[in-house]
Amino acid sequence: MTATTTAPAEQKSYSTFQLAMRKLRRHRAAMISLTFILLITLVALFAGVIAPHDPNAQDLANTYGPPSRNFPLGQDDLGRDLFSRIIYGSRISLAVGFSVAIMSALLGTFMGLLSGFFGGRTDTVISRFIEFMLCLPTLPLQLVISGLFVSSDKPFIVNLRNNMGPSASVFIIISVFVIFGWMTNARLVRGEVMRIRNLEYVDAARALGASNNRIMWRHLVPNILGIIIVSATFDVGGAILGEAALSFLGFGIQPPVSTWGNMLSNAQEVVLQYPWLPFYPGLAILFTVLAFNFLGDGLRDAFDPRARH
Amino acid sequence: MLSYALRRILQMIPLLFVISLVIYGLTALQPGDPVDQMIFGNPHIRPEDVVRLREAYGADTPWFEKYWTWLTHAMRGDFGYSRDFSIPATQFIFQQRLPNTLLLTVPALILSTLIAIPLGIFSAVRQYSLPDYILTFLSFIASSAPVFWIGVMVLFLFAVWLPQATNGAISLPPGGLGSAGMDPSAGFAAFWGDRLKYMILPVMVLMLREISSTLRYMRASFLDVINQDFVRTARAKGLPNRSVIYKHALRNSLIPIVTILGLSIPGLFSGAVLTETVFSWPGIGRALLDSLVSKDFNVVMVCLMTLAFLTVIFQLITDLLYGLVDPRIRYN
Repeated sequence: MTATTTAPAEQKSYSTFQLAMRKLRRHRAAMISLTFILLITLVALFAGVIAPHDPNAQDLANTYGPPSRNFPLGQDDLGRDLFSRIIYGSRISLAVGFSVAIMSALLGTFMGLLSGFFGGRTDTVISRFIEFMLCLPTLPLQLVISGLFVSSDKPFIVNLRNNMGPSASVFIIISVFVIFGWMTNARLVRGEVMRIRNLEYVDAARALGASNNRIMWRHLVPNILGIIIVSATFDVGGAILGEAALSFLGFGIQPPVSTWGNMLSNAQEVVLQYPWLPFYPGLAILFTVLAFNFLGDGLRDAFDPRARH
Repeated sequence: MLSYALRRILQMIPLLFVISLVIYGLTALQPGDPVDQMIFGNPHIRPEDVVRLREAYGADTPWFEKYWTWLTHAMRGDFGYSRDFSIPATQFIFQQRLPNTLLLTVPALILSTLIAIPLGIFSAVRQYSLPDYILTFLSFIASSAPVFWIGVMVLFLFAVWLPQATNGAISLPPGGLGSAGMDPSAGFAAFWGDRLKYMILPVMVLMLREISSTLRYMRASFLDVINQDFVRTARAKGLPNRSVIYKHALRNSLIPIVTILGLSIPGLFSGAVLTETVFSWPGIGRALLDSLVSKDFNVVMVCLMTLAFLTVIFQLITDLLYGLVDPRIRYN
């Protein structure tokens, strides 16, 4: 009692988020990564200003041109400027990464909340479904599904392709990754919700007459937001890597949309003669994914309550 | 334990049925059917032949009827013929392709485990030292780079750049299963020596991600264990450091690694799709990709069902092993 009365009146209390951000600011690798991520986001936003060439301008007289002053990273099989294409590619790669991470987090949180909060039959159904999804071979089925959308003659899919134009494959890839990506988030959220749903503050809220909805979204979600953010940060990098893998195999985002991934398609044939062509897009992927992984690592430490002091 | 294992095996059966239904549905939705492919390749075909063929192959029946036909045949072990290779799909996958994939994945798994576990312990014992930071950083890089990109770059390094730089003293083949004309009749040593040269790069690339993830789990698990009371007790008793680490801490820290390894095996086979593409290695991953492109659906089904089966069976094995290595876990 005496401790609270003698405490200075102006002593501030910090929210979980303020505490986490303060800890994150001391994590050097995470801060460098955050700066890098902001930087490439700016590059993606202002690609038109930064890129020295039109990313789709062909120069058939100079196909496979080596790096030069005018074309700092060389030219590709159609004589297009690799540097400009990497700059423009950041848009799609980041868009895919962020969309997949956010949508998987939303879907995963929703399913995990339902499962963990209501328990019983809801929990059994959702948990069995998650177990089933985790038994499916992910990469092969992603190949099957995106192959289906790219070449299908079913009216619904043809309509989708015609309405969305070249960006249809971007939409499809994002959906494919969300379908196979939400389960880990749902499991995380389910576990956390089961841990905290019977804590006293939740009982207090219930005693005050809060509805299930209010308890879930106002009392439970803010408390598990930390782990959701951490997992979503790792998912951004995972989705960028996944897109690259599918595009490399020819089942990802289709040209003329350029992504870091589809700049690497047929890389194994090109590399023997023109090693710089696959080198730079891969490097862009490596640095970006590395940044998201370091940031995720820093955020995990920052949100870890055991490491608070 | 035995009844638990039996129950789990019985649960696998309906699971595999559902998986086969989903996979077949997705595959059957793919555009084009075998008859389209035959018409495409044959200019002499007449319209009445097309009708007859469509009838004979049941091309116009709904997919769930086709699934039923497939399933009833599959139950008898008949997974249909590969159109591209004119042999039973199972024979193509299990006799010609799966052994090649195993030739990459088994050595990769064994070698990477043997390397990652000591490295993880080393990293944990010297937590926050320079080698620990370097290992952690390297494993971050290995898990952040696209596997196939590393493969492509390694290919350039060992098949193009190093041979030029060393005048051919160090040279590895740029892909494939073995040298042209090399077969077992050349003698055991010559044949496997040649095969080994072709295996080095793909196995190395498969190992990379495996090492980086096992290393990090091993480090975390080991750190977890050495901060526990029974390790402190062992130290307090005055046991030498070696004995504390290898007798007390190591055994307990290996328990979670069993799970990690078991669950990583299906991923290793999925990852083989990429590695086999980079190194033109005729394995099951490459077969899946080629059969998807050429719409050889019987082969697609065998590939996907094999991968799903591996996932389910390794989950089961992992759960059972977990009980064997950790006597605290009881099944009932």
